[in-house]
Amino acid sequence: MTEITKDIVAEHGLTEDEYADVLSILGRTPNLTELGIFSVMWSEHCSYKSSKKWLKTLPTEAPWVICGPGENAGVIDIGDGQAAIFKMESHNHPSFIEPYQGAATGVGGIMRDVFTMGARPIANMNALRFGRPDHPKTGHLVSGVVAGIAGYGNCMGVPTVGGETNFHASYDGNILVNAMTVGLADTDNIFYSAAAGIGNPVVYVGSKTGRDGIHGATMASAEFDDDSEEKRPTVQVGDPFTEKLLLEACLELMATDAIVAIQDMGAAGLTSSSFEMADKGGVGIELNLDHVPMREEGMTPYEIMLSESQERMLMVLKPGREEEARKIFEKWELDFSVIGKVTDTGRMVLTMNGEIAADLPVAPLADAAPEYDRPWIKTPPPTILKGEDVPEPNDLGDVLLKLMGSSEIASRKWIWEQYDHMVMGDTIQRPGGDAAVVRVHGTKKALAITTDCTPRYCYADPEMGGAQAVAETWRNITATGGKPLAITDCMNFGNPQRPEIMGQFVGCINGMRRACTALDYPVISGNVSLYNETNGTGIYPTPAIGGVGLLADYSKMTTLAFKSEGDVVMLLGDLTGELGQTIYLREIEGREDGAPPTVDLEKERKHGDYLREMIEKGLITAAHDISDGGLGVALAEMAIAGNVGAEILLDTALPSHAALFAENQACYVITVKPDNVEMVRGFALAEDIPLHIIGTIGHTDLKIDGVLTISVSRLKNVHANWLPDLMSRPGSE
Amino acid sequence: MKARVYISLKNGVLDPQGKAISHSLQGLGFKSVVDVRQGKTIDLDLADMDRDAAEAEVEKMCQQLLANTVIENYTIEMLD
Amino acid sequence: MKAAVIVFPASNCDRDLKVALTHSMGREPDMVWHGDSELPDTDLIAIPGGFSYGDYLRAGAMAANSPIMREVVKKAESGTPVLAICNGFQIATETGMLPGALLRNAGQKFVCRDVDLLITSQNERFVGGFEQGEVVRFPVAHHDGNFYADDDKLNELEAEGQVAFRYVTPDGEQTDEANPNGSRNNIAGIYNKVGNVLGLMPHPERLISDELGGTDGKRFFDHLVNSIV
Repeated sequence: MTEITKDIVAEHGLTEDEYADVLSILGRTPNLTELGIFSVMWSEHCSYKSSKKWLKTLPTEAPWVICGPGENAGVIDIGDGQAAIFKMESHNHPSFIEPYQGAATGVGGIMRDVFTMGARPIANMNALRFGRPDHPKTGHLVSGVVAGIAGYGNCMGVPTVGGETNFHASYDGNILVNAMTVGLADTDNIFYSAAAGIGNPVVYVGSKTGRDGIHGATMASAEFDDDSEEKRPTVQVGDPFTEKLLLEACLELMATDAIVAIQDMGAAGLTSSSFEMADKGGVGIELNLDHVPMREEGMTPYEIMLSESQERMLMVLKPGREEEARKIFEKWELDFSVIGKVTDTGRMVLTMNGEIAADLPVAPLADAAPEYDRPWIKTPPPTILKGEDVPEPNDLGDVLLKLMGSSEIASRKWIWEQYDHMVMGDTIQRPGGDAAVVRVHGTKKALAITTDCTPRYCYADPEMGGAQAVAETWRNITATGGKPLAITDCMNFGNPQRPEIMGQFVGCINGMRRACTALDYPVISGNVSLYNETNGTGIYPTPAIGGVGLLADYSKMTTLAFKSEGDVVMLLGDLTGELGQTIYLREIEGREDGAPPTVDLEKERKHGDYLREMIEKGLITAAHDISDGGLGVALAEMAIAGNVGAEILLDTALPSHAALFAENQACYVITVKPDNVEMVRGFALAEDIPLHIIGTIGHTDLKIDGVLTISVSRLKNVHANWLPDLMSRPGSE
Repeated sequence: MKARVYISLKNGVLDPQGKAISHSLQGLGFKSVVDVRQGKTIDLDLADMDRDAAEAEVEKMCQQLLANTVIENYTIEMLD
Repeated sequence: MKAAVIVFPASNCDRDLKVALTHSMGREPDMVWHGDSELPDTDLIAIPGGFSYGDYLRAGAMAANSPIMREVVKKAESGTPVLAICNGFQIATETGMLPGALLRNAGQKFVCRDVDLLITSQNERFVGGFEQGEVVRFPVAHHDGNFYADDDKLNELEAEGQVAFRYVTPDGEQTDEANPNGSRNNIAGIYNKVGNVLGLMPHPERLISDELGGTDGKRFFDHLVNSIV
């Protein structure tokens, strides 16, 4: 037996106080396996110890929410007995170490979270943040992450329909890879993780267990021999082929009524899956580790419990259904093994080679998981910058071209052409628009899906940035005609033990709460990734938001592309002219200061609800929200997508650069057939909505009267070329 | 009995991965690199049997599955 | 008319193909699991896209050696039409039903986008619904679609009119820019000598309605079904 020394406790990431709790719960010294289990269960990742206090303040309920945070993924009702199930999760650190496998296994993990609940995944998205474009590692990381996402998602036959990508120096040492999956299930066939039924068999299915990803802290343990390095790859390798089989096998078994509970073996593998199932069910579990399918010889209980091998699931079956289930998994050539049973002891008892390897009380271990109220300080409020505070440029045409070819705004086609975004035959709005739209197979319904966050806003003013991230997903869904229903969040931050970082976290949560409440748009799932720091420098606070909305009739869907010559271009909302934290300020003035654009949630709701109503009436031919790059960039994007120009006349008192490039919130550019203009204006007037005619679609140039004239093909070229140029530099393979 | 099969693309068949590796090596300053062709090795662990019989069997495996002779060459090495 | 879609572990365009065939035939095709060694009585065999066996070893290699493919090859030899799309095309070349091989894309990356295709030779059964020389649009989505045949084989394919589709610009020009994967002679699809087996990398089943972005795929399947009936 390994003696549990102070050093070993510290290497397992437990503080002295936490270890004292371990001793008092057990009434004795833990063995190494037990210590390992405490260590992962009480880790930040599994226990949310720094974030729980604040996460609890987010709204999680609405009449259409079937299951909020706490399960493998969240569930919403989309009518006709159908549910959408979704979640976003981070795989940041592994992707920095090994971009291909890190990103691939991130995608694999989030898909398992969704199909564990009985849903067939129908769409993937990803929110990526890389370091500055000219950082020597950036090209290599982009290339590897994108290929990894493609390699896994494409093989699974689930379309990757979009996402977002930012480049900024704050991510030079810590990239972010956040993957989201949306699935579809019947509301009467959703699966949860609470174990139940004393004596019911506990079953292991999927891939075999190897020594993948076992916590590095344990390497120093005296129990391991000299070639430990060789034995313990910290990088997990994804096997999408096995996961595809696991998906089909699980869904086939789920079509029977043999399953009582099911849980994916994700982070912390068998430990967290078995504890969570037992804890949620208020029962005990007994596992015989000799029956765990193993890929390598001589694995210890410690290694088996802490392995993070991929493509595995744990299930509790109804008694007597084992053979039926085994047949299904054998047909799909997957391992299937009864490894234990549900007990009434309230304890987790592990045996191996006839000996007890661990014996822990379930509820006390879960209940005593630490929860911290970490000290935090509020980010000082920044100053609003108006047009008058920023010099006017000589040539606004040059500015627009520069912005269209900038790292934030340039086309991401190089990325999404590597993703199969059409498989399953239901993608009706492909990547590149405001939100992707995927039909609910065989119905008139469709889901609109988007991910958004503007980290530079969150850094300058966390509360405003948190609210803006939620509002932008809501607008993007609205612009397609969808009704936004709920979000998932992926909270990426630096070290929470630094009060200013904790202050960013608290601020973002407060802003998100305000927006979710005002927009009736609850949080139903999510994930927290802290300690994204290198040498004391944290990333920009990045609460990535994944939003899902419903189109009741997809034939009414809108896209951002300008459609027909002669259609009237209108601005819905008011231009404020605030230039703080804009892409304009960063790209043209080389400044990253000032306050982010003011978010007025009442206006957001009012303007968005009005637009959706007009889309439902069939009065809108194109719609696009204003975000990065402001009105000027929004118009250029619509012209590029439609391959047609427009003539715009801006009637405003603002200086032209502020009118064109302020990133006004609660604003959309829409187009309307000339015959419908009066009707659309009438509805706006009745509801006191600001709606301005600003131009007409036509010709091959984007012309803004008295300000700029640029051919659409030229805009298209600069927009298209930036990323391929970056990726063709040496070292980017 | 162990056997190792080396598989490579035939000369004249475009090898984009080899080309990329060559490009990267030259970028790293390895100016001596003229050309790169990449391939794969497959290690087979076989039941104990006559060496010639084993080699004949591996030959069949290559023909049937391990290599695509339209585009690939293979060589077999019998170990121990 | 009856059709059979062969399903391998990690085929993933099987449902899309079923949907397209069902639309055009008015009835569902049989979905045949790879482990079955017998094919149902059928007028058309379709091998779908996907990543059979994870594309491990070589795309299509493992599936080509499955029992069901021996049956497919036999039926093809006796004249049953076979439509092999994407991974199906890779499998068909691996079995030898179709000549050549599909290598890793020249750009090394997976590529998913709509491509323009020139109808290169007349084969009433498969492309009689299009004009010869017409440009149609289907999407591609593959990592290994780079068609290769040695010079002799290539000349033979061209001389015998076995080239079915070529990657071209929207105006029908055969250029390098229009070639998404480096295929020799911009070849996107070929027939066997007899003309009853068609293999192609692009996915006609993905563009079968306006909301999906086009209907050339629907025209393809409608004609195929009509010509077989």
